[in-house]
Amino acid sequence: MDRIPILKMGRFLLVTIQVDMHDRLALALQDDLTARITETGARGVLIDISALEMVDSFIGRMIANIASMARILDAETVVTGMQPAVAITLVELGLDLPGVRTALTVERGMRLLRSVLRAAGELEEPSDADDEGSDAGPAE
Amino acid sequence: MPVQRSDALPIRNASDVVAVRQLVRTRAQEAGFNLVDQTRIVTAASELARNTLDYGGGGRATVQVLTETGRTGLRMLFEDEGPGIPDIELALRDGYTTGHGLGLGLGGARRLMNDLRIESQPGKGTRVDTVRWR
Ligand SMILES: Nc1ncnc2c1ncn2[C@@H]1O[C@H](COP(=O)(O)OP(=O)(O)OP(=O)(O)O)[C@@H](O)[C@H]1O
Ligand SMILES: [Mg+2]
Repeated sequence: MDRIPILKMGRFLLVTIQVDMHDRLALALQDDLTARITETGARGVLIDISALEMVDSFIGRMIANIASMARILDAETVVTGMQPAVAITLVELGLDLPGVRTALTVERGMRLLRSVLRAAGELEEPSDADDEGSDAGPAE
Repeated sequence: MPVQRSDALPIRNASDVVAVRQLVRTRAQEAGFNLVDQTRIVTAASELARNTLDYGGGGRATVQVLTETGRTGLRMLFEDEGPGIPDIELALRDGYTTGHGLGLGLGGARRLMNDLRIESQPGKGTRVDTVRWR
C-alpha cells in the first residue's frame, strides 16, 4: 500500500496531502505520524491540505486524532491551506477540530509553530525578523 | 422528472468510495454547481458511500443529473442489502453512532443536501435517496 511522505524540517514534521485519500491511507498516515513524532522528538506537526477538495467526517477525525496524539507526545499541530469551500462544508457538516490550529499558508503555519516553541522558551533565535520580512513583499 | 444522465457504481471497498466521490464531483461540475455546492455534494456522497460500505456491508451508488422546469438537480442513491437501520430518527441524530465514528455522517449529509430520505428494513437493507438543486 502506498503511503503519504512525512518530511522532517528541523524540529517539525511536514506533511502535504496531495491525493484524494482512501480511508486506509488516512489511517496509515495517522500511525506513521505518531511513530515519527516519537522517533524524532519533533515538537510540531504541519499538515498542508491546500490540495484537498473535500474533508469529510473521516478525514476530519483523522486530523483531530493526529492533533491529540501529537499533544500527548508534546508536539503542536497546525493545519494549513484549507480551501474556503472546504471550511464552509466542514461547519455545515457539524465538525469542529478541537485543539487544531490553522493557518492560511505553510509559511504562516511554520511561523506559528516556531512562535509556540519560542513562547515555551525552547527556541533560541531571539526574533522572528526574517520571517516577518517575508510578508512585506515578494522579495524572499 | 427527466433524468439527463445516470451512472451506477459498486461500493465494495475504500477505493470505491473514492471513485464515487470523483464521479459525483464530475457530474456536479457538468451540471453547473458552484464550487461550494460541489464540495457540499461530494462531502455528502463520501459520508453516505462510507456508511454503505461500513454498515451496509457494501452496495451501490447511483448518480443522476435531473432537469425540471428551470432547474437542475443532482440526485444520489445509495443502496445496500445490509442489516438495515432500526431507528432512522435516532440514526440521523448528530453524535449517534454504533461504530467508531462521530455520528455526523447522516445528519451532516442531510444538512449538505436539499432533501434526504432514508428507507430501511431490518434484515433487508437500506436505501438513502438524496438530491441537491441548483
Ligand atoms: N447503510 C447503513 N446500514 C445500516 N446502518 C447504517 C447505515 N448507515 C448508517 N447506519 C447507522 O446509522 C448510524 C449513524 O450514521 P452516521 O453516518 O450519522 O454516523 P457514523 O457513520 O456512525 O459516524 P461518522 O459518519 O461521523 O463517521 C451508524 O452508526 C449506523 O448505526
Ligand atoms: Mg457515517
